[in-house]
Amino acid sequence: MPKDNGIGASLKRREDVRFLTGTGNYTDDISVHRQLYVHFLRSDVANGTINGIDTAAASAMSGVVRIFTGADFEGVGSIPCGWQVTDRHGEVMKEPAHPVLAQGKVRHVGDPIAAVVANSLEEARNAAEAIDLDIHELPAAVDMRKALEEGAPLVHDELGDNLCYDWGFVEENREAVDEAIKNAAHVTTLELVNNRLVANPMEPRVAVGDFNRATGDSTLYTTSQNPHVIRLLMGAFVLGIPEHKLRVVAPDVGGGFGTKIFHYAEEAFCTFAAKALNRPVKWTASRSEAFMSDAHGRDHVTKIELALDADNNFVALRTATLANMGAYLSTFAPSVPTWLHGTLMAGNYKTPLIYVNVKAVFTNTVPVDAYRGAGRPEATYQLERVVDKAARELGVDPVALRRQNFITEFPYATPVAVEYDTGDYNATMDTLETMIDRDGFAARRAASEAKGKLRGLGINCYIEACGIAPSNLVGQLGARAGLYESATVRVNATGGLVVMTGSHSHGQGHETVFPQVIAEMIGLDESMVEIVHGDTANSPMGMGTYGSRSLAVGGSAMVRATEKIINKTKKIAAHLMEAAEADIELKDGQFSVAGTDKSVAWGDVCLAAYVPHNYPLEDIEPGLEETAFYDPSNFTYPAGAYSCEVEVDPETGKVTIESFAAADDFGNVVNPMIVEGQVHGGLGQGIGQALLENCAYDENGQLLSASYMDYAMPRASDLPLFKVDHSNGTPCTHNPLGVKGCGEAGAIGSPPAVVNAVVDALQSAGKNVLHIDMPLTPARVWDAMNG
Amino acid sequence: MEMSDSKEIAATPEQVFAALLDPAVLKDAVPGCTEMLGTLEDGFEATVVQKVGPVKATFRGRVAVSDLDAPHRVTLSGEGKGGAAGFAKGGAVVRLEPSEAGTTLHYEVDAKVGGKLAQLGNRIIGGFAKKMADQFFVNFKSRVEASGAN
Repeated sequence: MPKDNGIGASLKRREDVRFLTGTGNYTDDISVHRQLYVHFLRSDVANGTINGIDTAAASAMSGVVRIFTGADFEGVGSIPCGWQVTDRHGEVMKEPAHPVLAQGKVRHVGDPIAAVVANSLEEARNAAEAIDLDIHELPAAVDMRKALEEGAPLVHDELGDNLCYDWGFVEENREAVDEAIKNAAHVTTLELVNNRLVANPMEPRVAVGDFNRATGDSTLYTTSQNPHVIRLLMGAFVLGIPEHKLRVVAPDVGGGFGTKIFHYAEEAFCTFAAKALNRPVKWTASRSEAFMSDAHGRDHVTKIELALDADNNFVALRTATLANMGAYLSTFAPSVPTWLHGTLMAGNYKTPLIYVNVKAVFTNTVPVDAYRGAGRPEATYQLERVVDKAARELGVDPVALRRQNFITEFPYATPVAVEYDTGDYNATMDTLETMIDRDGFAARRAASEAKGKLRGLGINCYIEACGIAPSNLVGQLGARAGLYESATVRVNATGGLVVMTGSHSHGQGHETVFPQVIAEMIGLDESMVEIVHGDTANSPMGMGTYGSRSLAVGGSAMVRATEKIINKTKKIAAHLMEAAEADIELKDGQFSVAGTDKSVAWGDVCLAAYVPHNYPLEDIEPGLEETAFYDPSNFTYPAGAYSCEVEVDPETGKVTIESFAAADDFGNVVNPMIVEGQVHGGLGQGIGQALLENCAYDENGQLLSASYMDYAMPRASDLPLFKVDHSNGTPCTHNPLGVKGCGEAGAIGSPPAVVNAVVDALQSAGKNVLHIDMPLTPARVWDAMNG
Repeated sequence: MEMSDSKEIAATPEQVFAALLDPAVLKDAVPGCTEMLGTLEDGFEATVVQKVGPVKATFRGRVAVSDLDAPHRVTLSGEGKGGAAGFAKGGAVVRLEPSEAGTTLHYEVDAKVGGKLAQLGNRIIGGFAKKMADQFFVNFKSRVEASGAN
């Protein structure tokens, strides 16, 4: 019987009432009295020297208040990078300056050169056209391999080359891995591209800067997944504003997918200009601007080699990846191809020896950083593709080969530094095989063939790591931040609760899910609990939402704070009922004394805390408000098995997804409906990557796919009805809720399923196709079939 | 993108060559050209209004003449800035040969776009550039032949 209350209930999302009725409060809905508008003049060449910027004519135009250029930001800090990677030689990564507005050089199409602040957006745009730029275009570094060659154009002249770092992991395993591969009975090799993506949240980025001359306080309203992180990065590193004089508000945010984690130049600009002009300054990105200024995702080129012994046991794995950083280091860019990618290369398998090499490369392109999954999709894709290829080369069933190599005992310490606490990969695979009626595939293939189509089945596993932690470990790995989360639980006098979380919701459903947890703990109706987030002025310092950490980390902080509340209310209840604290039980919102019929209601205890007439004032303070910071002892490790069935039209190369199934282990689940929705969204984006999406540059560094005419987002008609299951939850062993995180799984697990399925379909027609790079457009599939 | 073609023009190579360097003729021949000023020595300043797919813009730029070998060969190159629309640049190598009709004009055009033109118009830019080049030489031919008839 499904629950209708508390943990496990599929409650409808309370935030959807405002999202679906047009009453949300997004950053662009915020307008401040006397506000000005800024338009950024951006580079239309990929690499060039700025010889001059003549703003005289533009400055004289109607409505223009001031035009800023790089010169106005001399002495202002560089946009900081939040993660420092140390390379295999013990050297720290190269970390070039990233000015708010270009200084001396432009380094990618979209690099902001000047900012026109005017009374209206129209006037700002018109004036930007009148700025006379003298930019000498230089050859651009675009292709990563060429960018590493001697004599390649330099993105940052002062660095001497375009290599950010050369990372080896685990470096001590390098020789042993080489040796094992040399001596293996079979080695499967695969070279592949993980295509560059643009996140494309429905809401483009917006920033509104405000300054109060009377108090000296700055406020930034911004489309962010982590307002406290933006406050720290921008305040401390760029503008030099102490945190108590800077408030950052991220109200309703219309999707983030990673690209709204980072601190962007436009945020710093609006905050800076509001103070300089003593008037609020607003920027709203157009969709075209989003394409050339939001951090992009993925863009890895990889060679992977899997070595097996004569019994098909995996004995070693070696990968070499080029990872695109773009023109500057975005906030967490260096961590994505390293610690979020190399540590997951064991996958679900007990491969004893693994070596991962990653060369991060600067190019004259938009910076690349985390996008839904961040490093883990890249790890999963290459591993699950190479395992599939190995099965084909060895003539064994791809599922059997996986099962044979599954990790089955937990905890399991991988050779790439992480310890999986729990999991059951056979269970999710069993469920998956039932869900997809694998035995019926031959008949379905025959039916497709009867109508002239090829049918393929692709199955794969994935594992991911959520809630990156603990802080002392990530500090050793180069993070320049802690990765705890915070919550303040405030109980009002009449018993209602407000939770101020450092976590941030931009579509995840915190406002619905977090109250379910508290409702379960105290035995109240969810409507008694309200969630507040997204404003540094009214929530404790938190690290925000990304990496599927909200419930596992933020939810755990809320549980800890609520436990403190419950302990205190029990003391009050014991006093009111003249009983021993140890005898007090809390159930269904009633405190009772064990073994008696004495009880007192939640509301009465809360009232006593605020009207402490009959109250143990000598022992405890009045009031009911508690804060907790939670720093996890480990990552959580969601895992699962995915399956995709496709039809390929051999005449055109068009791929149609006939069915897609996901069997996930997310540990305990608080709201199954929301979990299902998260998986659906992730699958949509993963299938989008596999079939449609591709961010393309030409050899001069011109961005070619900067609108929805050329960048193909998945539409409902591209996707099947998904079958999802999360009945095999093995609870996380180290957080109080036993939850693991479900936000990214769909995007991590689905691309290899699609490609495995298409290769299977082409093989069924006797085509010797072992790999096609994503996106599997009709042209690419047709070329592979007829190549 | 690169394009090449040839046209027969009913005029002498000398007439055709002179016309190629005449700003008034060029203004009439360049599709969408609203202004063409300047001299052969200093180069020409041109203003062109064009619509490429969804992007409409006024391009302002310089046209330079080089590799002069009268009346056989000349290179015209230019770069136009279209403000928010981005930029277009390119060159045309023009060779003239006497023919039965008068002159055979051979041209090889290389064009490049950047900014919004590349971002929004890339799929259609090839076709657009070919159309522009064709139109230019069609206009040019009729303008020269009309002048010759006078």
